[in-house]
Amino acid sequence: MLHTALLMFLVGVFAGTLGAILGIGGGMIITPIVTLAMGLDIKYAIGASIIAVIATSSGATIAYLRDDVLNLRVAMFLEIATTIGAIIGALLTGAMSPAVLYFLFGSLLVFSSWNMVRKLRAGKEVLHESQPDKWAEFFKLNSSYYDKNLHKQVDYQVKNIPAGLSIMFGAGLASGMLGIGSGAFKVMAMDNAMHMPLKPSSATSNLMMGVTAAASATVYFFNGSIKPFIAVPLSLGILVGAAIGSRVMQHLPSRVIRMIFIPILLYLGLQMIFKAFGVTI
Amino acid sequence: MNKNDNKQQHNVTQEMADIELIIGKIMRIGVIIAAAVMLIGLIMLLITGNGGYYANSYPTTLTAIWHGLFLGRPFAYMMAGTFLLILTPVLRVIVSIYAFFVEKDMLYVVITTTVLLILVVSFIIGHN
Repeated sequence: MLHTALLMFLVGVFAGTLGAILGIGGGMIITPIVTLAMGLDIKYAIGASIIAVIATSSGATIAYLRDDVLNLRVAMFLEIATTIGAIIGALLTGAMSPAVLYFLFGSLLVFSSWNMVRKLRAGKEVLHESQPDKWAEFFKLNSSYYDKNLHKQVDYQVKNIPAGLSIMFGAGLASGMLGIGSGAFKVMAMDNAMHMPLKPSSATSNLMMGVTAAASATVYFFNGSIKPFIAVPLSLGILVGAAIGSRVMQHLPSRVIRMIFIPILLYLGLQMIFKAFGVTI
Repeated sequence: MNKNDNKQQHNVTQEMADIELIIGKIMRIGVIIAAAVMLIGLIMLLITGNGGYYANSYPTTLTAIWHGLFLGRPFAYMMAGTFLLILTPVLRVIVSIYAFFVEKDMLYVVITTTVLLILVVSFIIGHN
């Protein structure tokens, strides 16, 4: 028994560290381990993943808040779109073919990984426009953060708010209809569409994904999908990992975070496209 | 960007820093409590060697969990800690509403309250 607990704890530390650096949940790490290595039903893997998302979010945000990288206004503003999307998605389950959705959202992720490659090449991280976006001004979304890698305060602006809101709504819809996490889409909405720098994007995504997951987590909790023996050592490991990851993230150059991100987005995107054609990888 | 914008942006940033410090402290306490309850349950489980329920089952209703806590059953503590962890993001939304209120940012009091209401709605839908 100690063996399993220790394994889950270590998996948690790894998933939490990576999840906190990128601002995505550890579902893609945890699901294969729980189903393949431990031979549990996919139902328990989903339960474990959703708890993992919350643990990553809560573990990481503690450090983020003190370090002032997170943009709370952007988080709450976009959260409205995601949660409404998730509710509508849950109500519409079955109204649209999952294959079409998987293909659509998979393609979006592949496209966004290409966008990340372009941004990496351009090397331009922060948006500065002489004419600030009207929406961003009105909703006070422009902000600044202290970059521990560059050792300076970085003022940034955001733009394309309607596009960001649409992606967040779509991400919520997808997570409601398909039961998938939406951390990667959240980073995409902020980094790709709204031109927010990568570090605040991933920190803000981290906070949001916890709030989004909390809504559905209670359902899984009460229907017995969350096994205490899996969830507890996993969560404890993730809390430790997320605390480490969020510290590491702030000291990493944005370029490096982007380089970790690109293959992961590509993998997630291809996985969804394959799933649309009935192939599970 | 002209000077006025810079100043305004700076003020907003400073206010956010104050808010975030308060929220950070409350969140930290919440997460530590959840983790402590989970850890107590896990240690009990590793010492006694079983979860305290028949056939490796575990409590999934709040009443059963509450009951199990008094009977000192490891799985009850582990489930209670997990439930507390699920509540931490909700706690964050609630303290954010308060923080925006203190800051007199009514636009964001409304936005954040809307998020909380949507969470409540999805919670209700999820249970039907």
